[in-house]
Amino acid sequence: MIKKSGIVIAGKILPLLAVFFLIFSSFNDGFAEETPCYGDTFVSSSIADARTLVPILATDSASGNVVGLIFNGLVKYNKNIELIGDLAESWDILDNGLTIIFHLRKGVKWHDGQPFTSRDVRFTYQKLVDPDVPTPYGGDFKKIEYLQLIDDYTVKVKYQEPFAPALASWGMAIMPEHLLKNSNLVTTSFSRCPVGTGPYKFKRWRSGEKIDLESNHRYFEHRPWINGYIYKIIPEQTTMFFELQTQGIDYMGLSPLQYKRQTDTRVFKKRFQKFRYPSFGYTYMGYNLLDEKFKDKKVRQAINYAVDKQEIIDGVLLGLGRVCTGPFVPGSWAYNKNIEVIPYDPEKAKKLLNQAGWQDSDADGWLDKNGERFEFTILSNQGNDGRRRTAEIIQRKLKEIGIKVNIRILEWAVFLNEFVNKKRFEAVLLGWSLSRDPDCFDIWHSSKTKESEFNFVSYCNPEVDNLLEEGRRIFDEKKRGRVYHQIHQLLYQDQPYLFLYVADALPAVHRRFKAVEPAPIGIGYNFIDWWVPKTEQRYLH
Amino acid sequence: MVSYIFKRLLSLIPVFIGITLISFSIIHLAPGKPTDLMTQLNPKVSFEAKEKLIKLYNLDKPVQIQYMIWLKKLVRFDFGNSFVDGRLVIKKIFERLPITILINILSMVLIFLIAVPIGVISAVKRGSLFDKMTTLFVFVGFATPGFWLALILMSIFSVQLGWFPVAGIKSLDYENFSLLGKVIDLGRHLVMPVLVSSFGGLAGISRYMRQSMLGVIYEDFIRTARAKGLPEKDVLYRHALKNAILPIITILGLSIPGLIGGSVIFETIFSIPGMGQLFYQSVMARDYPVVMAVLVIGAILTLLANLAADITYFYVDPRIRVGRRANA
Repeated sequence: MIKKSGIVIAGKILPLLAVFFLIFSSFNDGFAEETPCYGDTFVSSSIADARTLVPILATDSASGNVVGLIFNGLVKYNKNIELIGDLAESWDILDNGLTIIFHLRKGVKWHDGQPFTSRDVRFTYQKLVDPDVPTPYGGDFKKIEYLQLIDDYTVKVKYQEPFAPALASWGMAIMPEHLLKNSNLVTTSFSRCPVGTGPYKFKRWRSGEKIDLESNHRYFEHRPWINGYIYKIIPEQTTMFFELQTQGIDYMGLSPLQYKRQTDTRVFKKRFQKFRYPSFGYTYMGYNLLDEKFKDKKVRQAINYAVDKQEIIDGVLLGLGRVCTGPFVPGSWAYNKNIEVIPYDPEKAKKLLNQAGWQDSDADGWLDKNGERFEFTILSNQGNDGRRRTAEIIQRKLKEIGIKVNIRILEWAVFLNEFVNKKRFEAVLLGWSLSRDPDCFDIWHSSKTKESEFNFVSYCNPEVDNLLEEGRRIFDEKKRGRVYHQIHQLLYQDQPYLFLYVADALPAVHRRFKAVEPAPIGIGYNFIDWWVPKTEQRYLH
Repeated sequence: MVSYIFKRLLSLIPVFIGITLISFSIIHLAPGKPTDLMTQLNPKVSFEAKEKLIKLYNLDKPVQIQYMIWLKKLVRFDFGNSFVDGRLVIKKIFERLPITILINILSMVLIFLIAVPIGVISAVKRGSLFDKMTTLFVFVGFATPGFWLALILMSIFSVQLGWFPVAGIKSLDYENFSLLGKVIDLGRHLVMPVLVSSFGGLAGISRYMRQSMLGVIYEDFIRTARAKGLPEKDVLYRHALKNAILPIITILGLSIPGLIGGSVIFETIFSIPGMGQLFYQSVMARDYPVVMAVLVIGAILTLLANLAADITYFYVDPRIRVGRRANA
């Protein structure tokens, strides 16, 4: 009897206890989520090892990523892609943009304890324009007439002519004068044990294996919650994905296939959070405008009508991307959202081609003009499966309207050196990554068409030339935006490129990291605010 | 004997120069410059920056001058600095050599321990089920691409079963382990790479061993040994094997330089920071100094291995010595 009642009591009390426990623990969880704590390590991966950690020499993305955590520029982009102060607290733009005066943050220390001052800014500038330093980033700084130190925390920069991208160019990482004054930047040991002002300090670099960073407790914004940052070098994409699945790494940019199919498992979703937002790059097919076939605007417009961009996005990106109409970041102030996307219309394409003189006069299924068949070759680079498949879809689509397309895939260095730089191509399938500043002078201005320059399609439109020059002179974002809207419109009309798509960035981050918030700029912008609850921390640092 | 070695060593010099000349020409003939990859389609990179780099690396000079500059440095054992990160080439190579050598030695031992018995048994039991099975195994071994095998192993033993780490050679917290812990950790990381790197060799060497053994078993001296009434075990393993294994050792020795090339695949897939990976990345980046240094080291290894094989034969095979005397 007693036993029985005991069971009865337990039977009634236990569920109550369980409910109470559940409520309490969820309350506890909610409470814990709001209080960040220090600890743990973030393990990221990189396809290639970094090359040098001297910021002004770092051109590859691996080096750039590490440099970005160790160093600061004077300015940086916030989550909404607007310029804000970094090492500079504020700035004044005077003389219609000819002069910028930076007011630097006080009390910032280099990782070795030395104070950061305006002398470091001057030193970095001097190295950027030094003819003996092989830095690729000197271009924007050559437009400076002089740089003057007003005091330890004020720098005046005078430009020869108003140059709107100037402000953004000061996002360049500032280097410590006291450590690099007398060294050769190419051979200095600093390139493998850098000292910066950033949220993370350099700890160790094992070539080809990993780069270890640790948090900077005196970082001027605040001490990062995550104690360690490791870049693991994994040269093979598939291996990297296996590492992610086994939680060997905490972050990876997924491919559309991985995002949609291979990670759609219960185990993966329990371990990782997936994000999706437009990337900062677009894919296009560029025509060689010196080639007779592509000189007529109507032909290029016809191809734009004949290629179904949505089909490419669905086929190559599994729907994870958007149609691209021009070279600006979708949603940014430079992007002209009034541009109407040309619909897929093969009939209209044929009509335009007929107007341009291309007809199937011998009834063999292919268009011809003056006895010559409309046939061209798309060149692209090896190692990018998406581009190869995009080329195949274009090939099929153009076959439907009577244009014969061949595809040739080449090794990157050969492709660039022998074909793109020397303009030995009819069409190339490539991508540009977009910079946060919309200035694209180097890509579209008619003065940039020489060998090895970036207007390799030889685009020349005096109206666009003028607008590109104007866009560099205006500082006001609204007024400047109008200029780029016009450029956007003109480029879409002229079709020097067949603008194809902006793929989505598809990062996966381990679930134990809290405060990961996607924004227009991506997810990494607030990394120093990310944290891991004590109970979920995996690495002691 | 000493004069023989001396003469052979002298004769290596022109061969060596020839190898470097050909390697240098080929790597410079390959389209694309090291500067392309550093400045690849980056609109922020100005044209002058590229010119600056070209001058810095002497790439504006004719190839023959570049070769002379390189050769002059080589005489002083100076392999120069890498174009990619400006570090001393020799330092980069020495950082990566030990792990490649370790994996190759382990694979060689594994190959030797498994392939020799397989070869011997299938030769002795020619036409048996075992022989047929190993023949099948050999064909599968030859036909299996290393990268595919590596990915299958990773998928099964790392992702599904969780027995071994996916890639790398050390865990992230390796530094905190005890000595025993470190050894175990390294071992766990090495199991799959060593298996993959020895798989192809296993097939080849067991086949060589079988053939070599078959060649010996029917020789007169084996028949004599049997006629003398020696136990079959002694005949096979003391008389036949001793003679049959000789060419296998030579083959293994000669395959050392080739292993560096073979390391490219498994080092890339398993993220092992060794010589193969370095070589592959350097070729892709057109990092001429590193590529040349690896080729030179490979050439020296091959030449020395050749020399060592010749000297061994000189000692072991009486016919060579007799032949030389007869000629003299």
